[in-house]
Amino acid sequence: MLTLKLAFRNITHAGLRTWLNVGVLSFAFVLIVLIEGLYDGVLQQVKDDMIDSEIGGGQLWQKEYDPYDPFTLEQSHAQVSAELTQEIMKRNATAVLIASAAIFPRGHIQSALLKGVDPDQKIVRLPAFVLRQHRQTHAIPGLIGARMAKSTGLQIGDVVGVRWRNAHGTFDAGDIEIVQVMTTNVPSIDKDQLWIPLDTLRAMLRMPGEATVITLAKDIARVPAHGPQWIVRDHAYLLKELIENINKKKISSSFMFILLMGMALLAVFDTQVLSIFRRRKEMGTLMALGMTRWDVVGLFTLEGCLLGILAFLAGSLYGIPALAYIAARGITLPQMTSQIGWAIGSTVYPHYGLRLYAVTSLTLFISVIVVSFLPTRRISKLKPTDALRGKLS
Amino acid sequence: MATSQIITVSNLVKDYFMGRQFFRALNGITFSAVKGEFIGFVGPSGSGKTTLLNIIGALDNPTSGEAIVLNKPVSTLHQKEAARLRNDSIGFIFQTYNLLPVYTVYENVEFPLLLLKKGNAEREHAVMQALEWVGLTAKAHSRPNQLSGGESQRVAVARAMVKVPEIVLADEPTANLDAANSHNILTMMQRLNDELKTTFIFATHDEKVISYLHRKIVLNDGRVVDDIMMN
Ligand SMILES: Nc1ncnc2c1ncn2[C@@H]1O[C@H](COP(=O)(O)OP(=O)(O)OP(=O)(O)O)[C@@H](O)[C@H]1O
Ligand SMILES: [Mg+2]
Repeated sequence: MLTLKLAFRNITHAGLRTWLNVGVLSFAFVLIVLIEGLYDGVLQQVKDDMIDSEIGGGQLWQKEYDPYDPFTLEQSHAQVSAELTQEIMKRNATAVLIASAAIFPRGHIQSALLKGVDPDQKIVRLPAFVLRQHRQTHAIPGLIGARMAKSTGLQIGDVVGVRWRNAHGTFDAGDIEIVQVMTTNVPSIDKDQLWIPLDTLRAMLRMPGEATVITLAKDIARVPAHGPQWIVRDHAYLLKELIENINKKKISSSFMFILLMGMALLAVFDTQVLSIFRRRKEMGTLMALGMTRWDVVGLFTLEGCLLGILAFLAGSLYGIPALAYIAARGITLPQMTSQIGWAIGSTVYPHYGLRLYAVTSLTLFISVIVVSFLPTRRISKLKPTDALRGKLS
Repeated sequence: MATSQIITVSNLVKDYFMGRQFFRALNGITFSAVKGEFIGFVGPSGSGKTTLLNIIGALDNPTSGEAIVLNKPVSTLHQKEAARLRNDSIGFIFQTYNLLPVYTVYENVEFPLLLLKKGNAEREHAVMQALEWVGLTAKAHSRPNQLSGGESQRVAVARAMVKVPEIVLADEPTANLDAANSHNILTMMQRLNDELKTTFIFATHDEKVISYLHRKIVLNDGRVVDDIMMN
């Protein structure tokens, strides 16, 4: 208790030196929370986007379906079971049929996925309703994303030739008219794919009543009965890759984290070393006045730790309002998409969990204690007479 | 008589080791002191005054021999017990004052009492009393860097005296002071010695100090060469 009081006196009386340290430490603390919060915010946003626009409350996959293996597409379609049809009728789910095809934009050949979607579906935020009308009566209405538009050069009103193989293995061909180009943050409903009406695709493929994926409504209470052809893919499964990817980015960005933390800790370490170097005589005096070496070690360590605590308090004091403000306003990051490889909205809203706050504080505290203590170990070998003479052996 | 003997030093030897060489700073010192004495170790520079004072103050260990201070054998004290002894019973005064720079005069004087875990009221009373002894009540809230040398040393005296220790050890307390301030400090210490029966031991070669001593122990090359009572 006495040591605490003394340590507090010492650092508050030390003035500028203390406030500089507290400033640097708390700044690092706040910045780290902000950066980590941004990553969590991005993750949250990308997850939300993916749920809203693609996976809804989870999906049922035809048991052969593997999005990473295009060769499985020949087999990965099945009759939508009676139970599932019921759910679709009740607007609890929607069916998607997927097939591979070749398209011929501007005379080139390019492979693409055809995805059949119900134009009346309300399950995901995909503007499928645009597929209800088209001007070229001979063509199939098609919806593409901005990435697809860019990679193919297709624009609204363009007609593109398409060739596919139907259920009997026979090649067939037709035209698709691009009726809409959508902007989406979710590449997996955009890249290398064309959305067309589900019934049209079923007819083209000779697969009446079949589907590859059934997307469930976000608010569905439980997974409906589905039969042996279908496998449940829940959020944990569908978002796994995304979360792993973001965590990987997070780890590679920890360079920044380490740098910041290191800078702040170096400031404390420096102060400690300097303090111990300059205050030898004071240590000798303290010992002459009746403190043991370990009391002195404790005092100096505590002084360093108090810097950490003050930094935490100061950081919370100005950091919480600042971080809350940023969380409310969001941060505009125009080049984010191209730079970090996921698509996100141009404004990121950081998301600070309690865990983030606790982990950052704890890391800060432990490292501050360590850097405060390390330089003081020299004191533990200090002889009072040497200290009084201003010597540090 | 034996009960009032508060310091007994017998055959004390202190060697400083420098690599394979060693230097014998104290070479068989023997003396004893009773409560209330006003003693000085005098002698030329390098004669071992500071070394002897530090051993008596349990800041240093002898190489051989023994110093019994307040019935405690200094050489075998654990560092914790040594700290305890200094805290309880010994006040130090240094040539360079050694005030704690970030504390006020009041806080400097209060410090030993905090270590002794004295209560608030008792601390305040004792600090004000000690500041009165040295005539510095008005400067209670000054910082050490706002004091003159004489004032600083008076604060150091107050700090040494505030707990009314058995023994005060003063190493060249007047070396940085002018004549007037030296006499001021010495008169003050003499009065405290008179009133409180605190034992004062000086290490000095200052004639002004020597003129106040009741007993002069002359050191040379780490030996006691003379032990004179003065009147
Ligand atoms: N830590 C040390 N290491 C080596 N030698 C030392 C050490 N401390 C003191 N000495 C030597 O021991 C001798 C006695 O030193 P001490 O400081 O006791 O002398 P002193 O009588 O107090 O001298 P002064 O009047 O100059 O203060 C000196 O020769 C000094 O060089
Ligand atoms: Mg000396």
